[in-house]
Amino acid sequence: MTAPSQSLPAAASGTKPLDPRIETISWILLVLVMISVPVWGSIYAVYMACLISINVIATVGLNITVGYAGLLSIGHSAFLGVGAYASALMWLHLGTPLAVNLVIGAVAAFAIGLVFGIPALRIKGVYLAIATLAAQYSLYFVFQQWTSVTGGDRGLSLPKIDVFGFGDTGFYYVVAFVALIATLAARNLFRTRIGRSFIAVREKDYAAQVLGINVVSTKLIAFGIGAAYAGIAGALLAAFLRIVNPDQFTLVSSVFFLAAVVVGGRGSILGSILGALFMTLMPEFLREIIALVSIEGADLASLLSPLREIIFGSLIVLFLIFEPRGLVGFVDRALGRSENVEARQEH
Amino acid sequence: MTSDILVVSGVDVTFGGIRALSDVSLSVPERKITAVIGPNGAGKTTLFNVISGFYKANSGSVTFAGTDLLSQPAHTRSANGISRTFQNIALFPGMTVAENIKLGAHAQLRTSLFAAGLYLGPAAKEERELEERMDKTVIELLGLQDNRDSSVSGLPYGTQKRIELARALISGPRLLMLDEPFAGLPTTEKATMAAQIRKVVDERGVTVLLIDHDMESIMGMSDQVVVLNFGEVIAAGAPADVQANPAVIEAYLGAEA
Repeated sequence: MTAPSQSLPAAASGTKPLDPRIETISWILLVLVMISVPVWGSIYAVYMACLISINVIATVGLNITVGYAGLLSIGHSAFLGVGAYASALMWLHLGTPLAVNLVIGAVAAFAIGLVFGIPALRIKGVYLAIATLAAQYSLYFVFQQWTSVTGGDRGLSLPKIDVFGFGDTGFYYVVAFVALIATLAARNLFRTRIGRSFIAVREKDYAAQVLGINVVSTKLIAFGIGAAYAGIAGALLAAFLRIVNPDQFTLVSSVFFLAAVVVGGRGSILGSILGALFMTLMPEFLREIIALVSIEGADLASLLSPLREIIFGSLIVLFLIFEPRGLVGFVDRALGRSENVEARQEH
Repeated sequence: MTSDILVVSGVDVTFGGIRALSDVSLSVPERKITAVIGPNGAGKTTLFNVISGFYKANSGSVTFAGTDLLSQPAHTRSANGISRTFQNIALFPGMTVAENIKLGAHAQLRTSLFAAGLYLGPAAKEERELEERMDKTVIELLGLQDNRDSSVSGLPYGTQKRIELARALISGPRLLMLDEPFAGLPTTEKATMAAQIRKVVDERGVTVLLIDHDMESIMGMSDQVVVLNFGEVIAAGAPADVQANPAVIEAYLGAEA
C-alpha cells in the first residue's frame, strides 16, 4: 500500500502561483483579443478562432482528466462525438435552442464518461490508456452502425444557426464566450478542494485517502468532467460545422487532443490554451511552409495529411523528452519563474 | 484518569503465510502520547496501516471513540477525527506548501463542483476562511511562514516533515498518528519536533500515537510505550517500566548481539 502510485510524473508542477495581478491582466488581454478578432480578422480568421475556441474547451477537459487527475485517456474524441450527436439529435428532433443543446451534450458525455471511467478505478497508466481505447472504438462503432439514429457514415446535417442575426460572427461570440466560461471554471476548480483532490489522487492516492478523499469517486468525477468538457466542445463543433459524422471522432483526433495537452503543459490551464492554439494552427503553418518550398507542379500538398500524424507523434515525444512541462515551461522560463527542481522530482 | 480513545483488540494480519500481527491489543489513552516501538519488521507500520484502513485485519477490532473503524473505508478516517503522517513523507510535490496543508482539511470542506467552477460567494469564502485558519493554527506553530507559498519539492527534509505535520493538524484531529516523526532529523530538529508534538497534546487536547526508533526522544516524551516484536505486543506501560522489562531488552539487544 505504501508503494507510490504510478501516475504520470508531475508536469507543470512546482512553480510558484502566478502573481494575481499578472493573471488578471492576462485574462483581460485574452478577452480583448477574443472580442476583437472579427474586427481585425478576415472571415477565415473568425473561422479559425471558432475552431481554436472549441479545441480549447476540449483540451481543458482532457487536461483535467489526464494532466490534473493523472488518468491517461486516449478516447477523448469519442466523448466529443457523444456531445455532438446528443446535441444534434436534440436540435433535429425537438428543435431546442443551442444553450439547451450544449447542456444536453455535456450531460450526455458526462454520463457516458462515467461509464468508461470505471476502468480507471482499477488500472493506471498505460493499461488505462488501452481501456480508454475501448471507449474510442466502441463509441465510434455506435456512431457508425446505429444508422436509424446517427445516420451512419453519412451522419447528420444541421440547419444553419443564426445568433441574434449576426451570422457567423454572432456564432463566434457564442463559442468564444462558452470557451471563456469553461476555461475560467476549470481555473476556479483548482482553487478549491475539488481541484486539489484531483492532484492529490494523481500524486499519491494512499495519502489522499488518509486526508479524507474518496479516491473512487474523485477519479470518476475527474473522468466525467473531462468528458463533459468534450461534450460541450462536441456540441459546439456540431453547430459550427453543421454536420456530425463518425469520421470526426476517430483515434487520430483523440491523439490530437492528447498532443495538445502534452505540448501545452500537463496540469495547466494556460497550457491547455497554448496547446490547443498550437495544435490547431500547426497544420495551417505546415500548409504555408509546404506552399513556400514546393516546386511548381509537385504535389506536396498530398503529403500534408500523413505528415500531420507523424508530426503529432513526434511533438509528443519531443516535448516529453525535452520539455515535459510543455509550452508553459517556456512561458515560466521567460517570466523567470522556473525553479527547475521538479524535473528531478522522481518518486 | 483519562479514558481510552482508541482501542485495538486481538488484531491479526497475515500476508500470505507470514503473520505480520498476531493478537495485537493496545489502548491509547486520550490526551496522552503513546509510542509504539520495536525492531524492524516488528509490525509497527502494519499496525498503523490497519488502523488507517489500508490493510484488512483477519480478526480483531479497532474502536475509535466508540465507533468501529474496520468496517469503514480508509477515506472516512479524516472525518472521524484521525489524521496521520507517513514514514517516507507523503506530500504532493506538484502543489505548494499551502495547498498541501489545505488538503488536510478536505473532509471538512463543502464546496460542490458547481460552486467551485463559479468561485463566487460560498466557495471563495470557504477558501478564505480556510487560509485564515491555516495561518492561525498551523503555519505559525510549525514555523512555515517563509515557505507558505513555495513549492514543496526541493524543500529541506525537516521542513517537509513539519509540512506533513501541519497537514495532519489543520483538521483539528482528535487522534494524530505519526509514523517515525524523528527519522532522519538532526538532533536539534528532533528536539523541536518533540516540543511541537508535546505542545499540540497539551494545548489542543490531541491524542498522539507514534512509531519511532529514536529511543531518546520517545522515552523523553511519551506517556505510554508499547513494544512490538515479531507481530506481538511484548510489553506496554510507562517508559521507565518498559525500559527495565527483560523481554524488551532481549528483543532489542538480544536480537542484534
